[in-house]
This record gives sequence, structure tokens and C-alpha cells, in this order.
Amino acid sequence: MNNEKEYISIFEQHRSLIDGPCAPLLNTHRDAAFKKFAAQGFPSTKDEAYRRTAVDKLFATDYGMNINRIAAPVNPHDVFTCDVPNLSTRQEFIVNDSYFKNERNKNTLPEGVLIGSLNEYATTHSELLAPYYNTLACEGDSIAQFNTSFAQDGLLIYIPRRVAIEETIQLVTLLQSNIELMSNRRILVVLEEGAKANLLICDHSSGNKHSLSTQVIEIFIKENASLNLFELEETNSNNSRISQLYVKQHANSTFNNCNITLINGLTRNSTQVTLAGEGAETNLTGLAICDKEQHTDNYTIVDHKVGHCKSSELYKYVLDEHSTGVFTGKMLIRQDAQQTVSQQTNRNLCLTKCAHMYAQPQLEIYADDVKCSHGSTVGQLDENALFYMQQRGIPIDEARHLLMYAFAGEVIENITIDALRERLHILVEKRFRGELNRCKGCALCKQ
Amino acid sequence: MENLIEIKNLHASIDGKEILKGIDLTVKPGEVHAIMGPNGSGKSTLSNVLVGHPAYTVTEGEIIYKGENLLALSPEERSHAGIFLSFQYPVEISGVSMTNFMRAAINAKREALGQPAMSAADFLKLMRDKRALVNLDSKLANRSVNEGFSGGEKKRNEIFQMAMLEPTLSILDETDSGLDIDALRIVAEGVNKLKRPETSTIVITHYQRLLDYIKPDIVHVLYNGKIVKTAGPELALELEERGYDWIKNPQ
Repeated sequence: MNNEKEYISIFEQHRSLIDGPCAPLLNTHRDAAFKKFAAQGFPSTKDEAYRRTAVDKLFATDYGMNINRIAAPVNPHDVFTCDVPNLSTRQEFIVNDSYFKNERNKNTLPEGVLIGSLNEYATTHSELLAPYYNTLACEGDSIAQFNTSFAQDGLLIYIPRRVAIEETIQLVTLLQSNIELMSNRRILVVLEEGAKANLLICDHSSGNKHSLSTQVIEIFIKENASLNLFELEETNSNNSRISQLYVKQHANSTFNNCNITLINGLTRNSTQVTLAGEGAETNLTGLAICDKEQHTDNYTIVDHKVGHCKSSELYKYVLDEHSTGVFTGKMLIRQDAQQTVSQQTNRNLCLTKCAHMYAQPQLEIYADDVKCSHGSTVGQLDENALFYMQQRGIPIDEARHLLMYAFAGEVIENITIDALRERLHILVEKRFRGELNRCKGCALCKQ
Repeated sequence: MENLIEIKNLHASIDGKEILKGIDLTVKPGEVHAIMGPNGSGKSTLSNVLVGHPAYTVTEGEIIYKGENLLALSPEERSHAGIFLSFQYPVEISGVSMTNFMRAAINAKREALGQPAMSAADFLKLMRDKRALVNLDSKLANRSVNEGFSGGEKKRNEIFQMAMLEPTLSILDETDSGLDIDALRIVAEGVNKLKRPETSTIVITHYQRLLDYIKPDIVHVLYNGKIVKTAGPELALELEERGYDWIKNPQ
């Protein structure tokens, strides 16, 4: 309990600055959250859920925080061009921790759809958002409480009943600063009954200074609604990301998530899905490609509260050099969750002796009529397959790439947006060939 | 005529255990050699050593292929130089399609020979033409390499790859194992159609039946890491009739 002291005093001293520009809805949650955070402190490796990822140490750096709400230092259009060809999306930006209104979004949204600054909508539509904001994250660990204490803005997506948004909503989060920077951003997504949407979140950051982002995403998927969420991290080795995703699903809803860590520094993604209505289905997939000293920790909990729900997980890691992967897959099948079908797969490639993978599949089953399975493997590239390819004339490096690419391809195939899937196949191939040290789409990285 | 491959006093071991104990074998261009012998005699070790399998260590002797020291070449370089092994147990490669696999192989060879990469259209036409040779279903070509293939399909797939790569020296390691009589005929006919006057074949087999289709010029018996007998095709028939005991325990 050392690193938190500074943040405790920042919060206490600058409370009025934090509250000042913010909607009362955001501010009313700060006291309780801060109390919990101050009592618990940052999670350390003594906490079971963080045993392999020392997040407390990340906060030791003296980061700047944009409590004064100084306008974003860059226009995202100047520094970011999406490099997914033929991907037509509605682009939204969060630069550091502030929502950036994209004037280029010309398409009129269907009536009742809200996409924009969380802080602004929390002011203008506080009654609409109150039943949702921080109602899932309030149960979260001290990182969630920290984020609730400090978050001042982010993105809101609200889709009314039976509205399907055809165009993929793309949120680009950019971190750029001349100093060490911390950003605490917040995303709230509500899909009312029967609504449908695709959301792609691309996380980018510039490489000059250490940066740390905490991100809390709360998602509510009502009856018969469905959401596809694709997350792609292309940051850099100076970046630390602590993301917490909370999802609550109602009856017959569908949630598909694909989370790809393509380039990063240290990443902790936690995903907690609560299946609260019968017939709900959730499919979580993830791919992490790490080398150098990179560290990726995916922590997932799927809570089957009621019966007749389906969940599946597929997480794969490719770890090269000195990198570290951590996977926890907890499936909680409560007593009432009869007829649950739940299946989890975690496969990992350690390409060197110095790469480490820590995998923890966990099944907690209290119901007696369920179908559950899980499996986890850690291994190397198949020597027999490599030799077979060499015998056919394929050089050993090329053979290794083909195998790695095939391994990763299984996750990418789950991406239902064609242009994005095809682009990711190429990006992953380039990543394996070492041609993607910096992302191509982001002008920040070209500096 | 110059020798295609000349194996001299070859000793090889795996995990410190010597398997080949002095093999001498010379194959001239155009010849078909059969290597027969009881289980554990070293037949598969010989084929693995020829293609440079990393698990085997050559402890003594040399192999001269097309006038060069074969043992100095990597497995892929041996392949580019025209050596092909039809695997006894073809490997399943999940997630790598036959098309991508073959394209990588063809283009790697072309690059090694200083030729430009093959166009997509030419490549697909080549795939189609060669597939027909061994009756390989086009559906199989779209699947992952050998994944979910039956035993017969795997062996036909080996010969298909051989057709694609047009080797100078083909080593067929128990290509007949696991094949029914029809599949055996298709595979053997494929091999025969691929035979050109300058190409040579080493057929490793337990049984005479494959040699009914692929006619050897010379038959060798490998026993206990050495070639103990060499004769014409009549030797295979004699082995079929008498077994190996008369060779193991000469009177």
C-alpha cells in the first residue's frame, strides 16, 4: 500500500476539479467507489486474480492526469487513418481520456440512438443512464473503483428497442502525450430489447512516453438483443492497459467478443459476463501475440445465473522471446443454471524457453444437469509438421510462420466483419514476420 | 553413366543408438531400386537420413548426390535439389490448407532455382492437372494438409505432392502400407506415370505386391543396418516365398 497514497491524496485534494466538468451521475458514484479503493488499494500479486500480473507496480510511475480537462493535444484525424480497407465504419474517438466529436460522421442515426460523449449524455439523459452507469462495475475490484473515482468522460452507445445498426461502430482510443500519462476512460453500452450492433474498439498509443490506461466497459444486452464486440490492441512496449469489461445479458441475447492483442506492453483484460436470462449465449475469443518482454493477461469469468444458457471460450497465445501470457477462464454454473452448455478452450504456443504461459481453467459447477468442458494446452510448434514442410522445400522460417499463422487463424476466423477479418489475417501474418513493429494506420507510430 | 546418388559406408544413429552400420548403395539415373528387409532393419532410418531428418546423426561415411556432398545440405535444400520422400506416416497440419502449403513449397523451390514465383492461375491449373493423376478429390485440396484424410487419401496426397514437385530422386517409404488393392494400384500407377528416363526411385517396402506395379531394376535386402544382399527383381519374389529367415541365418 504505497502507490495508492499519491492517488488518494490527488483525489482528496482535487475533488472539486474532478467533479467540476462532470455530470452529477458520474460524480455521485465517486464517494462509494473511492472509499472501496482507498480501503483495498491496488491489487498486487498477493491477490489470486492478479497473481501473475503486478498491476500495483504500474502505478508507481509519476503519471500526469488530465483532471483539468485540457483539450486533446491532437486532432485524431491528423494522426489516425484506419488501415482496414473497405471497412466502412462510424468512427468515434477518445483521445487520451476525452471524447472527441467526429464531425465527419454524416450518416444520421436511427431515432433514439445515442452515440457520443458519456459525460454529455450523463447530463442530458441522466434518467436514462442512471439504471446502468456503474451498476456492474460497482461490484468490481479496486481497479474498477479507481476508474469510477477518476473517470470523467468516455463513450456512450444507447440503442433503443428493435433497432439494428448496420454500420459497424468503431471506437478508436488514442493515447498521446509529451509526458507520462494516465488515462481513465469509461464506456457504457446499452442495447434495448431486440437491438443489434457491431462495435470495434481499436486501442492505439504513441511510443515515446510511458502511458497507462484504465478502461471500464459496461454492457447491457437486453432480451433478444445481440452485440458483436471486437477489440484490437495495437499499442507499444511503453503502454500499460488495464481494461475491465462487464457484460450483463438478458434472455435470448447474444454476445460475441473477439479480443486481439497484436502489439502491446503490459495488458490486463478482464471480462466478466453475467448470463441473467434464459437462452442467452456468449462467445468469448481472444488472441495474444507477444514477444520481447510483453505481457498479456486475459482474465475471464462467465457467470451462469440461470438455466438454458450457452457459453464458449477460445483463447490462444503465441509467445515469443521473453514474453508472458496469463489466462484465467472461470466458468461459474450456479445451482439454478440447469441445462447449461459451456465449453472452454485455451491453447498456447511458447516459441522459446524464456516465454512463460500461466493458464488456469476453472470450473465451478453447482447445477447437476449441465454439459461443460474445458481444456488447456501449452506446447511448441509441431516438429514433425515442420520437418514435413521442410522436406517439401519450405524453408524452416517460412514453415514456422505457416504453423503460427494457422494457429492464430482459428481465432481470427470468428470475426464476422469480412473486411476486418481479412485485414487481421494480413496484420497477424505481418506481425509474425516482424514487419509490424509499429502499426501502419496510426500516424502517431510513424513518428 | 554418372551416379545420381552414391552412399558410402553410411553409419547413422538416433539417441546414441547406431541403426545404420555401414550402408553402401549407388543409384544411377533412371534406376528403380527396392529396399526390403524385416522390421527394425533400418529401412526408415535410411530414408530419414537421406532427407536430413534432424533426429538422426550421421556418424561416419558420406553421401554424394549429383556430385555434391548431400550431408552438407539442409532438408529444404535437399528438396530443392530434387529429393522427395513419400512419408510412411504423412503429417497432419491443422489450419494450413493444401493449396497454401503447395504454393509455399513450389515457390520456395522456384526461388531457390532463381525462377519467379508462379502466378495464381498457373498454380491452380497445375494443382488441377496433378490432382487428376492420383484421383485426389478437389475437396481434399481445399482442406488442411492431411487433416481428416483416410489412410489411402494420405498416400495419394503424397504422390500428388510428388507430381507437383517433380523430383529427381523419389523415396517411397512403405507407400503401400495401409492401402487396399485399388488404392495401391492408383498410387503405383501415379508413380509410374511420373517416371521420366532421368529420374530414379528408391522403393522401401515389406512386400512384393507393390513391386508388381513398380518394377525394380535392383532389389536390396537391408538387415541389421547393412545391405546384406543385392540382386535383380527375382530376389523380391524369393523373399515373398521364403521370408527373411534364410538371410538372417545363412546356412
